[in-house]
Amino acid sequence: MFENKSGILLIGGLGFFLFSFLSNGLVPILMYRDLPEQTAEEVVNENILYQFEDLSVRYPESFQAAFGEPTLANCAEALRVGRKIYIGEGCWHCHSQFVRPVSNESARWGPVSKTQEYQNELQRPVMFGTRRVGPDLSREGGRRGNDWHAVHFFDPKSVSTGSPMPRYTWFYDGAPDKPTRRGLALITYVQWLGSWLESYPDYEDYVPIETMMENPLD
Amino acid sequence: MMNTSPESAANDTQNLPHHEDLVDERLVCWYFVVALVYMGISFVGGLLMALQLVQWNPEPAELLSPGRWRMIHTNAIAYGFITNCFLGALHWAIPRLTLKTVLDRRLSYFIFFAWQVVVVSTVVGILLGQAQGVEWGETPVWIDPLALVGLALVAVNFLAPILQCKGPLYVSLWYFMAAFIWTFLTYAMGNFLPEYFVSGTSGGAIAGLFIHDLVGLFVTPLAWGLMYYFVPILLQKPIWSHGLSLVGFWGLAFFYPLNGIHHFLYTPIPMFLQYGAIISTIAVEMVVTTVIINFFGTLWGSGRALVTNLPIRWFYTGMVLYFVTCTQCAMQVTLTFQKLIHFTDWVVGHAHLVMFGVFTLWFFGMMTYLFPRLLRQPWYSYRLCEWHYWLSFGGILVMFLDLTFAGLFQGYYWASLQPWDASLDGSYPFWMIRLFAGLTIITGQFCFVVNLWKTWRLSRSPVTQTEAVTATATA
Repeated sequence: MFENKSGILLIGGLGFFLFSFLSNGLVPILMYRDLPEQTAEEVVNENILYQFEDLSVRYPESFQAAFGEPTLANCAEALRVGRKIYIGEGCWHCHSQFVRPVSNESARWGPVSKTQEYQNELQRPVMFGTRRVGPDLSREGGRRGNDWHAVHFFDPKSVSTGSPMPRYTWFYDGAPDKPTRRGLALITYVQWLGSWLESYPDYEDYVPIETMMENPLD
Repeated sequence: MMNTSPESAANDTQNLPHHEDLVDERLVCWYFVVALVYMGISFVGGLLMALQLVQWNPEPAELLSPGRWRMIHTNAIAYGFITNCFLGALHWAIPRLTLKTVLDRRLSYFIFFAWQVVVVSTVVGILLGQAQGVEWGETPVWIDPLALVGLALVAVNFLAPILQCKGPLYVSLWYFMAAFIWTFLTYAMGNFLPEYFVSGTSGGAIAGLFIHDLVGLFVTPLAWGLMYYFVPILLQKPIWSHGLSLVGFWGLAFFYPLNGIHHFLYTPIPMFLQYGAIISTIAVEMVVTTVIINFFGTLWGSGRALVTNLPIRWFYTGMVLYFVTCTQCAMQVTLTFQKLIHFTDWVVGHAHLVMFGVFTLWFFGMMTYLFPRLLRQPWYSYRLCEWHYWLSFGGILVMFLDLTFAGLFQGYYWASLQPWDASLDGSYPFWMIRLFAGLTIITGQFCFVVNLWKTWRLSRSPVTQTEAVTATATA
């Protein structure tokens, strides 16, 4: 069995793979089956609608051309497009969306991430992320204004000195106050992150340095 | 293996198929050359990313965006470089191990071109901003089905000669057989389930399985299978212990697929599954130790080969670094380490150590051994071969140590709640060193490519070719 073809192909190749899939892949699916996946329309809330309307007021011409009216359906559409850009530009390789219950993360980023936050269309594939070159974004929504984001995507260094983030000028018609459909969608997506929380908008806690350094790894 | 009388053994030797009828050398050569081209493309991505981190961004241009090139960097290595190296080496190893040709030569050529279409479309798709949101599976969704068909054809083409074999199988063939099944299943699972069916946390669990299975069930078994083939041939003796070979293979087969969730510790994935993944990972490291013991047992008594035989040196350097990677893995997978190093450059260092420091070094060993045989021409310059070795090894060692320390610093900066910018300032020197370590590696590959080019030119000049043929004939 250990050296013949059927043993290797059926037990090693198929059997062990299936065992791992059932135990590590299917079990979480079954455990979370009571949390059905929400659509983009269902995750549009008042906070993000406010930001979406704010965009339509600040950049009326661009907004009109890109999304027309700031309705719920258009907001969902903007979230879908924004998520696609977030993935296509590789944002998720430098920004995580996942606050861990350790290393003082909740003090810096906000409440620890919970399963139900990820049970929606916009988290398929899930955007936990893999590396934090820049800050975690899962509670970024509402922390900064739309203008800040518009300028920041156009030229990150102008609002965040020392940031290694590259400029994304192709989201604009030449100037930071003229975001295109892609720029508006990405700003909407980033403003949506964390907009579902009680604590929205989630500002960083101020902790005096002495208190901070007492037990840095807790 | 075969209990035959001396006469029939002599007959068998005469009746053995000839190497020229078994191995399509041109195809092996092509695979290696395109692999090197994709490695060059991947270096462009790595360089852009390294320059971005030291705040040296190119003028904003959509097609030069470091974010997109970062994904090309990993995908060109996984699907362009590593996969093509494997296909080339397997077209050499499998027919020679089974004494049978692959299923169909035309199919081999079809696969070659089809796979290049897959890789080029992946690069172009990512460049145009169509990446898929699965790590190591950024291949745009419309290419996934084609890639899956390609993998199925590869499996059929190579399994045919293996399945026709009578009697006991070589250890290499165990690994190859299992890997063909695993690769297909892994690719199907990772590219379709998290994209279309499973969202959120459970999708994350599957994406974790995919990331890890791609390394553990595709790259690792094929690479170890090739080590079980090349090392005994080069050292001209059998593998030290058959029992340990069995432990190594079955240990990998059972424990490796259970590791995936360790990529997402402290997420909302159920805690008992996280513990399970941690324990399985530590089990894998124990299995790895037996494999390393087995290979060093094989080397025992032939240690001089490390100095005189460059391919053996590439292979065993890779194995030492493999042991380092796996020891590191057994530690970093624990919750204690994860607190500190998750999301930091430590992980990036680990990924480079395993992908470059282990598998790529092995491929260079195989190429150093096979190119002179494929071209019927000794290397143009042995010194350049040595430079290639030392620049690659030195470069990856510095990069690994640098990123590991960078990760520790970043982890402490973050946990101590200093302003975010402090962690960037603290990372800057490390990122600078990493840039130069990368440039060292690139220089090493430049030596290799120049050497290969010169060797190829020599092999094409009629005078030396006849000399080489005479030399082989008399040797």
